[in-house]
Amino acid sequence: MASRKGSQQSRGDGDKYSVLLPTYNERENLPLIVWLLVKYFGESGYEYEIIVIDDGSPDGTLEVAEQLQKIYGEDKILLRPRAKKLGLGTAYIHGIKHARGNYVFIMDADLSHHVSGSPVSLDNTVSEKQPKFIPEFIKKQREGGYDLVSGTRYRGDGGVYGWDLRRKLISRGANYVTQVLLRPGASDLTGSFRLYKKEVLVSLVERCVSKGYVFQMEMIVRARQLNYTIGEVPISFVDRVYGESKLGGNEIVSFLKGLLTLFATT
Amino acid sequence: MGCSVLDHCVTQEAESTDVPPSLLASGLLALKFPIILLTMTKLLEWVFGVSVIGAAWALVTFDLLNLRLPVAYKEVAWPMPVYLLVVFGCYSLATVGYRVATFNDCEEASKELQDQIKEAKEDLRKKGLKM
Repeated sequence: MASRKGSQQSRGDGDKYSVLLPTYNERENLPLIVWLLVKYFGESGYEYEIIVIDDGSPDGTLEVAEQLQKIYGEDKILLRPRAKKLGLGTAYIHGIKHARGNYVFIMDADLSHHVSGSPVSLDNTVSEKQPKFIPEFIKKQREGGYDLVSGTRYRGDGGVYGWDLRRKLISRGANYVTQVLLRPGASDLTGSFRLYKKEVLVSLVERCVSKGYVFQMEMIVRARQLNYTIGEVPISFVDRVYGESKLGGNEIVSFLKGLLTLFATT
Repeated sequence: MGCSVLDHCVTQEAESTDVPPSLLASGLLALKFPIILLTMTKLLEWVFGVSVIGAAWALVTFDLLNLRLPVAYKEVAWPMPVYLLVVFGCYSLATVGYRVATFNDCEEASKELQDQIKEAKEDLRKKGLKM
């Protein structure tokens, strides 16, 4: 491999990475994520495309996405909007349909796929930090030929910022219960930053029936069932939206329900 | 011995052209069992494991097979379930406690992000993005 002379040198090795971004009311965050993706992909020289799947956001996220498309080009930013919020699994399927990459990055701007419409991810995942780790994901995938690479906050240099003791306790406690019950072979199941081989993502999404972040958990559990290889990359997880990530009783109950469902059905 | 089994099979074959239903049924069961073992849900695995251990415990504690084991065995076995639960509980608390205590705080990551957000906003404004 020739040494990198400039930041725009293309690697030309045939691999292309599609980044799926399901969005709902991400008018403010979308430009930032896209900017960071363009920056880190550009520096690394890998081929990429960004697919924005907007579920009819009332705040005008789609217009912002269209502006970004004008700025960065239609070959880099693809828009696959939908009429209304229809769930994460179908968003992935919809997004992959015309994806030209052979690898797919999953990065959720947030996980608000709940009936009430408010964010109910166990760990609020507004995390523009993550594009920085893309080259590490790619490197890890190539090292081991992994079918999927998962970002983990719980191993190595992985970590969080701005979490109080209560939140750390709940997160680690929930993860421990998950490890004991499901023995999933991955340290971080509720995380949403992952790299999949395209055919692996398609086969997993077909089999998963849960909603929201439990869907992310189910993806890993099914991957283990189907004997796919899973690699891990430590990521740091910076919360941008302070005060909105209330881990209330409701969220914990719905997490436990999802966990027990997976326990009994996989 | 092999010969007698073979003789038996041969005479059986001679008597009827179909495989006897009982042989078929037990054959299927023998096949099903490993398949069930391999594709059990986590719940079933736990139920299975707990049943096996529970049966072994009951066997020793209540002398179900009249094995006449030494009293010492019974005395040790009897409190085992509670004891193991307590050990597991302590281990869990210690593990979660340790993991919470060593949960990395990414200070620099946050600062870096804040700087990048500023840079991004400037750059995008220059490129014509209207926020």
